[in-house]
Amino acid sequence: MSPTVLTADPGAGTVVRIHGRHIGDRIYRGAITFFAVCVPLLVALVAWEIAVAGWPTFRHFGLSFLTSSDWDPVKDRFGAAPAIYGTLVSSAIALVIATPLAVGVSVFLSEFAPRWMRQPVGFLVDLLAAIPSVVYGLWGIFVLLPLLRDPVMPFLRDTLELGSTPFFTGPAYGPSMLAAGLILAIMVLPYIASVSREVLLAVPRAQREAALALGATRWEAIWRAVLPYAKSGIVGGIILGLGRALGETMAVTMLIGNRQEISASLLAPGYTMASLIANEFSEASSDAHLSALMAVGFTLLIITIVVNAIARWLVWRVGGGAASKAL
Amino acid sequence: MAIEVKSELAGLADPRPANAAPAVTPERTRLAAESLDAWFGSIHAVHDISLPVREGSVMAIIGPSGCGKSTFLRCLNRMHETVSTGRVSGRVLLDGADIYDGGVNPIAVRKHIGMVFQRPTPFPTMSIRDNVAAGLRVMDGHVSRRETDAIVESALRRAALWGEVKDRLGASALALSGGQQQRLCIARALATSPRVLLLDEPTASLDPASTQSIEQLVRELRGDVTIIIVTHNMQQAARISDRTAFFLAGDLVEVAPTESLFTSPSDPRTEAYITGRFG
Amino acid sequence: MTAGVIRTQRPSARQRAVGERARKSLGRRRAVNGVMLGVLATAAVITVLPLLFILGHLVTKGATSLDLAFFTHMPTPVGEAGGGMANAIVGTLIIIGLAMLFGLPVGVGAGLYLAENRGAWLANSVRFLSDVLNGLPSIVMGIFAWQFLVRPMGHFSALSGGVALGVMMIPMIARTTEEMVRTVPTSLREAALALGYARWRTGLTIVLRTASAGIVTGVLVSLARVAGETAPLLFTAFGNQFWSTSVTQPIAALPLQIFNYAISPYDDWHRLAWAGALVLIALILVISIVARVATRARFDMGSGD
Ligand SMILES: Nc1ncnc2c1ncn2[C@@H]1O[C@H](COP(=O)(O)OP(=O)(O)OP(=O)(O)O)[C@@H](O)[C@H]1O
Ligand SMILES: [Mg+2]
Repeated sequence: MSPTVLTADPGAGTVVRIHGRHIGDRIYRGAITFFAVCVPLLVALVAWEIAVAGWPTFRHFGLSFLTSSDWDPVKDRFGAAPAIYGTLVSSAIALVIATPLAVGVSVFLSEFAPRWMRQPVGFLVDLLAAIPSVVYGLWGIFVLLPLLRDPVMPFLRDTLELGSTPFFTGPAYGPSMLAAGLILAIMVLPYIASVSREVLLAVPRAQREAALALGATRWEAIWRAVLPYAKSGIVGGIILGLGRALGETMAVTMLIGNRQEISASLLAPGYTMASLIANEFSEASSDAHLSALMAVGFTLLIITIVVNAIARWLVWRVGGGAASKAL
Repeated sequence: MAIEVKSELAGLADPRPANAAPAVTPERTRLAAESLDAWFGSIHAVHDISLPVREGSVMAIIGPSGCGKSTFLRCLNRMHETVSTGRVSGRVLLDGADIYDGGVNPIAVRKHIGMVFQRPTPFPTMSIRDNVAAGLRVMDGHVSRRETDAIVESALRRAALWGEVKDRLGASALALSGGQQQRLCIARALATSPRVLLLDEPTASLDPASTQSIEQLVRELRGDVTIIIVTHNMQQAARISDRTAFFLAGDLVEVAPTESLFTSPSDPRTEAYITGRFG
Repeated sequence: MTAGVIRTQRPSARQRAVGERARKSLGRRRAVNGVMLGVLATAAVITVLPLLFILGHLVTKGATSLDLAFFTHMPTPVGEAGGGMANAIVGTLIIIGLAMLFGLPVGVGAGLYLAENRGAWLANSVRFLSDVLNGLPSIVMGIFAWQFLVRPMGHFSALSGGVALGVMMIPMIARTTEEMVRTVPTSLREAALALGYARWRTGLTIVLRTASAGIVTGVLVSLARVAGETAPLLFTAFGNQFWSTSVTQPIAALPLQIFNYAISPYDDWHRLAWAGALVLIALILVISIVARVATRARFDMGSGD
C-alpha cells in the first residue's frame, strides 16, 4: 500500500497547480477538424482537377460536346452524345428491371417473410453488393453473353416478334445495351433493396395497424397504408440506384460492346461515359483526347452528384436519419 | 414523516470513531462556494449560492427534482462548463484558492475534486484494475506498476470492494453488479486521493443492499475525505451527513447541521419539504 | 362488379372507396392477398438467383483452375501452362494497405469531429460532402488520381492507386465512426472528464476505445468494398507483369489481372481469371465475415480487456 499517495493533503492556501492550458486539447481539436475539413477539400480537389483538365474541351466544343455524336480522336473531334445516351439507356434498363424486384423483395422481407428468413435472405441480397464489378463482368462475358446470344435475343426478336419494333432489331452479337442493362440491374438491385427495406422499417407501426384494424388484409394494408407512406423514400432508393448505375464501369465496359453509335436497338452495342473513359484513357496520346475524356469524366461527376443529392433528399424526407443510413 | 427522520437520527447520534481523521482540524473550510450562479444558455439554474463545506465533513444537498442540485455540484469541479451552453459566475474556493481563477486549469481542478454520478460509469473496455487506475494515468509524474497495484488495492479496500474482486482484477468491469460498479467508481475516484468527493445521487439506481453498503462507505470515509452528496432520500441525508443544505428552484433555502435541519427547520419552505408537503 | 381472375390480380383495383371494399367478398380479397404474397416471394427468389448462379460458376470454374502455383507463381506468357498471380495478390494487399494508410486517419478523424460537433454548420457540410464523395463513380476517382499524382510523377504507381482507394474509403469510415462514437454514452465521457482526463485523452482512450469494435467493423466493410475495385486502378496502379512491391512503381492487382485476362482471347487466361475472381471473392467474404463477427462481439459486449 502506498499511504503517501492516499493521505497526501495539501495545507490551506495551496494553489491548485496551473498547467499549460489545453495544449493537448488544441492539438486534438485541430487534428480532427483538419481531418473533417479534408472531406470537402477532397471533393473540391477532385472536381477541380478534373474540371481543369477537361476545360479546354468544354471551351473548344461548347455545348456541342454534349450533343454531337462525332468522336474521332485522330481528327481531334469530340462529341460525347453516344456515351451519354448509352449511359442513360443502360441505366434506365437497369432500373426498369431492378425496381420491381428490389421493392418486391423488400416488401416481402419486411412484411411477409417469417422472422427466421429475414436475416439470411437480407444478407444474400446485400451480398450482391459485395461482388466486385469486374467479377460481374467476368460472369457476364462467359455466362450471360452466350445465353443472350443464343436463346434470349433471338427469342425476344423473333419468337416474341419484338423485332418489329425498332428496339430489338439487328444481329444478336451478345455484347449490347441489353447485356449492360441486365448486369447493371443485378448490381443496383441490392442498393434499391436496402434503402427500401430501411424505409419500410421506418413506417410507423400505427400506419399498418390502423389499416389491419379496419379489416384490411395484409396486402391491402401494405398497398394502401405502408407503400404510400414509404413511397418517396423508395423513389429515393431508386434514384440512388440510378446514381450507382450511371457511374458503374467495369462490368459495363466488358459487356456493352464499346461502339460510338446511337442505336435504338437494345441488341446493338453502345458506350457509356464510364466505359469510354476506361477504354480510351490509357491509349489517349494527344492532349486533346485526354482533355475530352476528362470532360466526359466531369460531366459524369456532375450528373451523379445531382442524382445523388435528389435521392438523399427524398429518402431523408421519409425516414429522417434512420433510413438514410442505408444509403 | 418528521418523526421518522428523528428516529433515524437517534441511531446516528454516537460520536464518530476516534481513528477517523487524526489530521483534521475541526473547523477548517475545505471547499466554499461564494455567490455562485450557473446558467444553461438563458436558463438560470443556480442563483447566487454561498456554501462552505468543512474539511472531512459530509454535506448533503436535498431538494425537489430540477432545483439545481446537480448543476451546483458540477460547478464545484468545473464540470458544468463541459456542457456546451453552460456558464458559471462567482467563486469556488478549494483550500482558499479560487478554482475559477483565470490561470487555473479545469483539468487540474478535477484531479483534486473527484466525482461519482447517479448511474455507475465503469469504462467498458477496461478491466477492474485498469478502471481503478484510470485516474492515476493522468496524474502528474510517473506512477510505477508496483505503486499502482498498491493504490488500486487500497482504493478498492476503502471502497469496500476488495474482498469481492481481488481474485478477478483482470476481468471486465461490466461483469460486476450495479452496486459493485458504483463502488468501483468510488474506488476510481478515491485512487487519486482527491481532497473532495462529489456524489450525485450515488444510490439512486441501486437496490437497498447496495445502497446500504454505499452509505456505510460514506460513513467510513468521513473525516478522511470531504464529501458532498446530492440525494433525493431524506433518510439517507439524515443517516450520513453532518450538515444538510436544502435547495429550491435554484436557491439555497437553508443550510444547517443535519439534525437541526430535520428537527427544527428555520424556513417554512424547508419544513414543507421535509414533511412531504411538496417535492 | 364482375368478378374475375384478372381483376383480382390487379392491385390497382384495391385502391377503392370503403363502400366498394365492403361489397367485395372476403374470399376474393384473401385470394389477392395470397397471390401478392406469391408474387413478392417470387421477386425474392429471382433476386437471389443471380447471386447463387454467380457464386456457383465462380466455385466450379474457379476451383478447377486453382492450385498452389496460383498463389506462389508469377504469370506466364500466353501458351505456357501453369503460372499464377502471386504478384497480383501481393499487389492488392499492398494497395489496400496504402489505402488504409490514407483513408483510416482521415475517416476516423472526420468521424470523431462529426460526432463531437453535431449540428455545427461545418459538421453538416462535411457530412453532406462526405455523402457526395461516397456517391462519386470509381472511374472518376481513377482519373482524379491520375491527374493529381500520376501525371506530375510521370509514371503509374502503387501509391496513386492507394490514394484513389483511400479517398473512396473515407466517407464510409467517417460515417461508421460517427455512428459508433455517438453510441458511447455521454456519462462515460463525463466520468473521464471528471477524473481529470483532458478532452483529447477522453476522445482517444475512452470514447474511441469504447467505440472501437464498431469502427473496426466499418473499416473492414469499407476494405471489402474497395478490395474489388478495378476502375480506380486502371490508370494508377496500372498493373505489372513482374514482381514489384515498390510503392512508386506500377504494381499488379488482382482485379486488374482478372479484367485483363477476362477480355483476352486465350482459354488459359480465362481459367486464371476465374481462379482470380474466386480468390478475390473469398478475400472479400473473409473480410465481411470477420466484420460481422466483430459486430456480433460488440453486441455481446465482451470484456475487451
Ligand atoms: N443540459 C441542460 N440544458 C438546459 N437546461 C438544463 C440542462 N440540464 C439541466 N437543466 C435545467 O437546469 C435546472 C437544474 O437541473 P439539475 O439537473 O441541476 O436539477 P437537479 O436538482 O439535479 O434535479 P434531479 O433531482 O432531477 O437530478 C433544471 O431546471 C433543468 O431543467
Ligand atoms: Mg440531478
